[in-house]
Amino acid sequence: MASYSTNEFKGGLKIMLDGEPYTILENEFVKPGKGQAFNRVRVRNLKTGRVIEKTFKSGDTVEAADVHDTEMQYLYNDGNDWYFMDQTTYEQMTASAEAVGEAAKWIKEQDICKVTLWNGAPLSVEPPTFVVLEVVETDPGVRGDTSSGGSKPATLETGAVVRVPLFIQTGELIKVDTRTGEYVARVKDSA
Amino acid sequence: MTQSPIKWRPSASLQALQARAALYARIRAFFAEAGVLEVETPILSRAAVTDPALASLATRLAIPGLGDEHRMYLRTSPEFAMKRLLAAGSGPIYQIGKVFRDEERGRFHHPEFSLLEWYRPGWDEKRLMDEVAALVRYVLDRPDLACERISYRALFQERLGLDPWTTDITQLQATAEQAGIADSLRLDLDRDGWLDLLLSHLLAPDLGRGCLTFVYDYPPSQAALARLRKRDGIEVAARFELYLQGLELANGFNELTDAAEQERRFLADLEVRRARGQPCHPVDRCFLAALAHGLPDCAGVALGLDRLLMIALDVPSIDAVLSLVIERA
Repeated sequence: MASYSTNEFKGGLKIMLDGEPYTILENEFVKPGKGQAFNRVRVRNLKTGRVIEKTFKSGDTVEAADVHDTEMQYLYNDGNDWYFMDQTTYEQMTASAEAVGEAAKWIKEQDICKVTLWNGAPLSVEPPTFVVLEVVETDPGVRGDTSSGGSKPATLETGAVVRVPLFIQTGELIKVDTRTGEYVARVKDSA
Repeated sequence: MTQSPIKWRPSASLQALQARAALYARIRAFFAEAGVLEVETPILSRAAVTDPALASLATRLAIPGLGDEHRMYLRTSPEFAMKRLLAAGSGPIYQIGKVFRDEERGRFHHPEFSLLEWYRPGWDEKRLMDEVAALVRYVLDRPDLACERISYRALFQERLGLDPWTTDITQLQATAEQAGIADSLRLDLDRDGWLDLLLSHLLAPDLGRGCLTFVYDYPPSQAALARLRKRDGIEVAARFELYLQGLELANGFNELTDAAEQERRFLADLEVRRARGQPCHPVDRCFLAALAHGLPDCAGVALGLDRLLMIALDVPSIDAVLSLVIERA
């Protein structure tokens, strides 16, 4: 089993703690001039997203987590599991709704996602930064009002609800920033 | 694809370079006024420090007359060499220089860093603490900076409600756990390791806030090169540390002058190193010989200049005061 010594600690390193995969966010070296050295780290649980602090004696080793990111195409979901395909090997993989998490709000079939694998199985899914989705339901806005700051909720084809300008109508395509869940622009062509 | 550019630029600003030059000029002015002699001692030594908390860097030397491949160690402190000068009758001396410590890197640590170290024959550590305070006030140009002193024991008693001389490991561990030091129950530490954990995680960050805080009279197990004495019926090490803005800035001793006791401590250090699987390098025989010849009673202190600059410039990382950090060296 691969392992890391505290000397290898840095942001982004993936380690196992209490049987769960974590990523290191911050690593602080603490040492009195004439005393014991410690590594104080902030880590995020890759399954739950929870951030915790840990203190290690410098020189200790921890097990490496077999975690890596891969680009995969979202194929479909059967209401239970979500299916993705590796772009180079065409291998298909199944992700649980838990692993897909918030990404479910944004992804459409054939979107390319960043899938984080742990021991070869999907652990989490990150949607594309920008997605183009159809508005399936929104109140009719005031025609011609294109510049005022007003906004209204709109339901998208994936079920997500975002605030959009008043001029956006049902059936139109809009671009959304998935990091913030905010409307970016109206898209004229469905290209 | 464009290649990522080579990071050749300094890590410190021009202002930081100028501040370092100004700091050194003020230090030299301070000691010229005080009649302390500036000296320089070698960075390379055949012997290395024994302290299990310090890791030495090594290199190889091949020179005419000595033959090939002599292993030489980079000093972790100029202490042994300066004490040889003192034993030979130098009188009060100071040195500004680079020291090297392997395995240390962080926001407050860099494997090579600059120390100011000085020795006062005939002084005890109390008097030296006064001079350290005077020097720091002078070089930071903060003549009104307040100063407080607290013993190591009182610090732990007041802030953590425990006596560091008598509390057992289980209780130290429980204190760390209750104080929220994450995961401390999993750590495998000796008694001093637990005290170091409590001091560095819970106590030090609050020390020296808006004033100079000296912590003095350390547990005998942490004496390093300080002499031991009785105070209020308990044995203490005549050692002090200075904290400013939560940073450990200086470490001083009323110096151990007993050669036999010094050798005994070296051998005890080596025992610990062996038990922990750390390398055991040659002990400094020249230093021991100088002690046997006679080191005058004296107090000495080492002060970290990079950290002092961090405080003077109010920067959060040591990188901002180093011209070229190790990653760009």
